[in-house]
Amino acid sequence: MNWEVVIGLEVHLQLATESKIFSGAATRFGAEPNTQACAVDLAMPGMLPVLNEQAVRYAVMFGLGIGAEIGLRSVFDRKNYFYPDLPKGYQISQFQEPIVGRGHFDIQLEDGSVRRIGITRAHLEEDAGKSLHEDFHDQTGIDLNRAGTPLLEIVSEPDLRSAEEAVAYLKTLHSLVTSLGISDGNMAEGSMRCDINLSLRPAGSETLGTRAEIKNVNSFRFVEKAIHHEVERQADILESGGKVVQETRLYDADRDETRSMRSKEVANDYRYFPEPDLLPVVIEQSWVDSIRASLPELPAARRERFIADYGLGAYDATVLAAERPLAEFYEAVAKGCGDAKIAANWVQVELLGQLNRNDLQLSESPVHAPALAVLLQRILDGSISGKIGKQVFEAMWAGEGDADSIIEARGLRQVSDSSALRAMVAEVIRDNPEQVQQYLAADEGRRKKLSGFFVGQIMKLSRGQANPQMVSNLLNEQLADAGKNGDT
Amino acid sequence: MLTVVKVMTVHQDDIEKLAELARVRIPAEEAAEVTARIATILGLVDQLQSVDTAAVEPMANPLDAVQRLRADAVTEANQREAFQAIAPAVENGLYLVPKVIE
Repeated sequence: MNWEVVIGLEVHLQLATESKIFSGAATRFGAEPNTQACAVDLAMPGMLPVLNEQAVRYAVMFGLGIGAEIGLRSVFDRKNYFYPDLPKGYQISQFQEPIVGRGHFDIQLEDGSVRRIGITRAHLEEDAGKSLHEDFHDQTGIDLNRAGTPLLEIVSEPDLRSAEEAVAYLKTLHSLVTSLGISDGNMAEGSMRCDINLSLRPAGSETLGTRAEIKNVNSFRFVEKAIHHEVERQADILESGGKVVQETRLYDADRDETRSMRSKEVANDYRYFPEPDLLPVVIEQSWVDSIRASLPELPAARRERFIADYGLGAYDATVLAAERPLAEFYEAVAKGCGDAKIAANWVQVELLGQLNRNDLQLSESPVHAPALAVLLQRILDGSISGKIGKQVFEAMWAGEGDADSIIEARGLRQVSDSSALRAMVAEVIRDNPEQVQQYLAADEGRRKKLSGFFVGQIMKLSRGQANPQMVSNLLNEQLADAGKNGDT
Repeated sequence: MLTVVKVMTVHQDDIEKLAELARVRIPAEEAAEVTARIATILGLVDQLQSVDTAAVEPMANPLDAVQRLRADAVTEANQREAFQAIAPAVENGLYLVPKVIE
């Protein structure tokens, strides 16, 4: 049977506020347990929530970023369930009147095709604390530092059709929220957590199959693996005549499998009702308009600008425009060296390559944008070849100084002195009579190939510093002469 | 005007489920009485639901006011010691509770 995979994602995004959504406690990651949990977060009797303006602003920014309708009036509700890391016994969330309504954004797949993915809604809510089940004999340790951290829950339409699309969706979303500056997007620290709703249906069918929900998948790679695993599991069930049970499953990264959560842990009966401790949130259209006016450039617009202004291809533009820091780095290099294409190439291949190999963030790069721009200028003005440029880049990476001082200190300046080059060409021709004969006997097509041998020898003789264009011209001249002399 | 409260059909397992969701224990000898009383309450709800509210906007709060927003600033200092002094069990800064998973 040919199955169509139908996926919708729910992303819990921690918003980058200083303080919590309903209290003045700090939200910094990694603090000592329970040092950022105040009386409101602990649900002490009589404590009342007061909504953080910045959390509302960030939600509005997200809504504007996906072209959604902004709920000028939104309402908080109580979602009731019992768990020790939720001291109130309910989570304050938004149910019927969320702050962000229907919107969408486009994802680009590896083959270059673009798909528009619908966003059903996004709403504000508070995060829960953390339960630590290990290390305590028959007890669970509770850290409430995270309790009350503002979350934006972003719910997609069931528009995704594969693991690849799901990952592309998450990467695009990540790039959007970090460009907006509303979240640090740090998945390892739980700033962006993903629930996967997945069902199968026979290809061509219009009705949705029964779905399973996979909770709390916290990296792009795990999302991909969890989806592959779950598709296989459901296909096995359906093909052997069984029925998929609507349930919540957990992805176990260690075993690479999903398993059912016990029904007790699920109890999907949240008995929502309006939160009596908070009044309806009413925001002015003029405030929304002023937020719209101050939005930073978003990745999709930046990508289009890179294509239009710098002549980049779609792929290069997508990579370079995705994250603001990299985009700014690239633009500084492109403007600094004056050649957008060579800048695109060097930033992607050499810079990102080194960062990946050394597992570094862009902000930790030992080579800054202006320094890279100077290096590229030296290649563009013919002082060094591209190949020598890579050596210089490595030396810069190792902290040996700027491009000019490395070129000087190592004597790497390209030889463009025609008499010196002419002598080298002559020497190589003299030392390789056999290859010269082969060359002269060859037809036009083969000659091109064979001339590569001579160029290689000359470059070797010059320790890579010969100007390749001049070498090529001089070589053609002298080989032609050799041919004439041989004829006579 | 309506004075007759219709008694809803509520089964004992409905009550057991409610008790579990609310984390309350209902002793077996009280189950029948609780079931009957909740049936009466649900009957009243049923009666309320028979009112046509199509033209009524749902009310989120009875006060004619809107939520005030606070500036995003950290105003709470760490008071862990004070809070944990009244907790039944703490260790390494964590609150300890009976184990919640097996």
